[in-house]
This record gives sequence, C-alpha cells and structure tokens, in this order.
Amino acid sequence: MADGILVKDLNAWFGTLHVLRDIGLAIAPKAVTAIIGPSGCGKSTFIRCLNRMHEVVPSARVSGTVLVEGADLYAPGVDPVEVRRKIGMVFQRANPFPTMSAFDNVAAGLRLAGMRNRAVLNDAVERALTHAALWDEVKDRLDKPGSSLSGGQQQRLCIARALAVEPEVMLMDEPCSALDPIATAKIEELILELRKDLTIVIVTHNMQQAARVSEATGFFLLGELVEFGVTRELFTNPRDKRTEDYITGRFG
Amino acid sequence: MSALTAGSALAVVLPLILLFGFLLHQGASAVNVDFFIRLPKPVGEAGGGMANAIVGSLILIALAGALGLPLGILGGVYLTESRDRRLPWLIRFVADVLNGIPSIVIGIFAYTVVVLPMRRFSALAGGVALAVIMLPIVLRTTEEMMRLVPASLREAALALGLPEWKVILRVVLPTARAGIITGVMVAIARVAGETAPLLFTAFGNRFWHQRLDQPIAALPLQIFAYAIAPYDDWHRQAWAGALVLIALVFLVSLAARIATRGRYSAVR
Repeated sequence: MADGILVKDLNAWFGTLHVLRDIGLAIAPKAVTAIIGPSGCGKSTFIRCLNRMHEVVPSARVSGTVLVEGADLYAPGVDPVEVRRKIGMVFQRANPFPTMSAFDNVAAGLRLAGMRNRAVLNDAVERALTHAALWDEVKDRLDKPGSSLSGGQQQRLCIARALAVEPEVMLMDEPCSALDPIATAKIEELILELRKDLTIVIVTHNMQQAARVSEATGFFLLGELVEFGVTRELFTNPRDKRTEDYITGRFG
Repeated sequence: MSALTAGSALAVVLPLILLFGFLLHQGASAVNVDFFIRLPKPVGEAGGGMANAIVGSLILIALAGALGLPLGILGGVYLTESRDRRLPWLIRFVADVLNGIPSIVIGIFAYTVVVLPMRRFSALAGGVALAVIMLPIVLRTTEEMMRLVPASLREAALALGLPEWKVILRVVLPTARAGIITGVMVAIARVAGETAPLLFTAFGNRFWHQRLDQPIAALPLQIFAYAIAPYDDWHRQAWAGALVLIALVFLVSLAARIATRGRYSAVR
C-alpha cells in the first residue's frame, strides 16, 4: 500500500490510433495526483489504464507496466475484475444505477459480489455514505431512487458506491465537470478528506482545482506526458515551455 | 397544418374504433358465462361455448413463450454483448428476414419438423410454430433495449470490480427490463391472433385438450371454423370469439403498459 503506483513505458491505442506514448511516472500513496491537459490529450485514457478499464472498449489495446504494490496489473494471468475491485473509479457524469434505490446503489458492489448479510451491508452503506459526506443528506431517503438526488448528491452517491468496496486507489475522471461551484467545492473537500486513506488520481480540466487539491500534477499533451512534478512548482515555475503556454492559457 | 396532422392521427385510430364497435355490436350478445366455461355443442344444438379454445390459446401462448422467450432474450443479449462483428450481423439479418416470412410458411416449417416426425398434430407443434414467430421480435427488441442502456452504467458496474456476466445480469438487463417486457407483450399479442400457422400444427380440437402431443383448440382456429360454417348460431359465436380474442390482446397490451411504468425503470 505504501508503494503507490509506478507506471513504466505505458502505451495505449484505439485501433491504430496511438493515444498514449511511453508514459512513465510514479504516483505517491495516500496523496492526490492531478492529471491536466487539453481535451483529447489522453488523460482520461491514462487513468482508465490504471484499472484496466481502457480495454473495455472494443479495439482498445495497452502495452507497458503499471505496478501497484509492486505487482504489474498487466502481467499475464491478472484478472481485471480483481484489479478494478482494488482500484475504484468515479466518472465525469454521475451514473447511479437507475433501477436501484440510493441504498442499493451503494450496496451494489458488495451485494453483487455475493454479500448477503443485511447487517454487514447496512454497516458498509452507512460507512461509505458518511465517508462520502452524504449520509446526513440522504439517511432518510435511502429507499428513494438514486437518480432522484441532486446532481452533486448523485456524484457523491457514486463516490460512496465506489468507496463501499473499500478500494485502495480511487481514480476520478473529471468528477466535477458537470457540477456547479458549490457542489464542486463539496467534492473537493471530500477529496482532501479521502486522501488520508486512499491514493487518488484525478483528471481535471480545471487548473485551479488541480492546484487546490493535488500534491503532484502531470501535464499531458497529444498523448505524451510533458511534465510531471510537485503541483506548486509545476504551476509557478514550469520547466517546459508547453506547460507554461497551457497554464497561462495560451492554448487548450 | 395541425388540423391535417390531427385528422391523420384520428384516421389511424378510426379503423380500430370501428372494428371494436362492430365486434361489440355483433359479438357481445353471444358472450355469456357459458361461452367461457362450456365446450362447443354438437352441430344443430344451440348454446355451448369456447372454453376449450380459450384454454387452448393460453396453453399455446405459454408453450410458445417457454420455447421462444429464453432463446430470444439470451440471443438478444448475445447480439448486444458480442465483440465479434460478422456472426451478430448475420443473426440480425436472418432474424429480420424471419420476421417478414408469412406465418403460413412458418406453419409449414413446424409441420415438417414436428408434425411429420411425430405423425400427429399436436399442441407442441403449434407452440413451436408460434415460438418461431415470437423469436425475431423478442430477439430484436431485447437487443435494441439493451443498447439503450447508457454505456456509463456498464462502466460504473465494471469499475466496481464485477465480472461481465454479473454486470449484464444485474445492471444492464434490469435497466432494460421495461422495454424488453414491452417487446415480449407485443410478441405475445402477435401470436395470440395467429391462425395460419396453427391450421396444420395445433389443428384444433372440439374437446378439452388431453396432452401436449395431442391436437389442441385455439381461439383463432375456432373463429375460422365457425365463421365459414353455414349456421347462424356458429357465426354469432365466431363474432363472440373474435371479441374475446381482441379483449385478450387488449388486456395484455394494457398489462404491458402498466408493467412498464415500473418505479425505477429508465428505458421505456
């Protein structure tokens, strides 16, 4: 757990389109790492490679190594299902299961994996919702459909759903891009809280957000990792001209 | 313009209203308790009912459903989930062709593969014929409805560390449930009224059915037989049969509408 994630020579394709080129970086444990870059630079693809979600898309391909706790996710014989159980993910748009209540949404990961014990489920759901700073808002509405909550609540419900299976790493793919500033602030607070227990990698379009929540930041451009370093330094004193152009708003 | 569209919409439902009114007018007088609980009387005797045909139709629909629904739904799941390109394309194409084949031809098919080897007309043969008619409808609606389930839900479930089959079974299928049920109801309504494929498979029976390998009565068959007979009393019963059949289909459709208004259903 203390090893974080070590990415080496990571390449990814969609069909013949080479979307990630020779990515290498080390993600610190129990810290927030932000990935920034213009649309289409491969940053979403990059985090989808960290829990083997990239290969879900037909024609998608990956090469390279991603070491988590020293074990390569892409070694032969590794079950992607096991990988995803340890490395959770939150998506751009809140996507609660529409056929399930708020409670069932959060319980889904455990219940569908075979957990039947009601007391264990109740406990896990309360813990996950509390962890996601949503318990007080929804504890009286647990039997209502997850889709009846507000946008920000739905996103936190999805975070709770991902937390309930107790992952070690949480990947967040622009989790606030569909939310208003108040809901965004809540999610950011939550991220700062979660980092005490989890390794977090967050993709964001919003550079202020990266500056606010992350310790380390990587700047992606056209499928390459241009610069990776301590967030404050990357934003105040970028080493690469392209990083400087991007963070000063000259393109992107 | 709006008058034109409204007029067209009215013209579409007018035949149905007229048909239903006409059926009510002609058949309502012969619909009574006897009609639902009695067997047909011998030629020349008044009264009797179509109880055997009503039960027979229900048995045939159940048989067709038992054979056609699992195949159709599982096949639809395959069509959505398969990563292969050629085989699903071929299956889709064949299913669409099958959907357009005249039902009498499907009757001949069931006659050839079930009636001839068994050397007798049977409920089973009728069920097979109706199942073949249901298959492409159920297959294609299942596929379409599963495709309507947003990819984001699938990804969310996969990202929870669930194996693909569980994602399909517990997240994708339930989300598409309402739409699939509608497709199933459409298929049932369709086969409930089929006559041609039953002529030389289920064959018809003037008595209570005994076993699945024996001929069985069905409402459309009974209506056909009574309508072309030379007796006024039988004509009235044929009208009544048609009315009951339509009411049956109507009730099934209504049940489908209510079933699709499920609390959490997303795809309608």
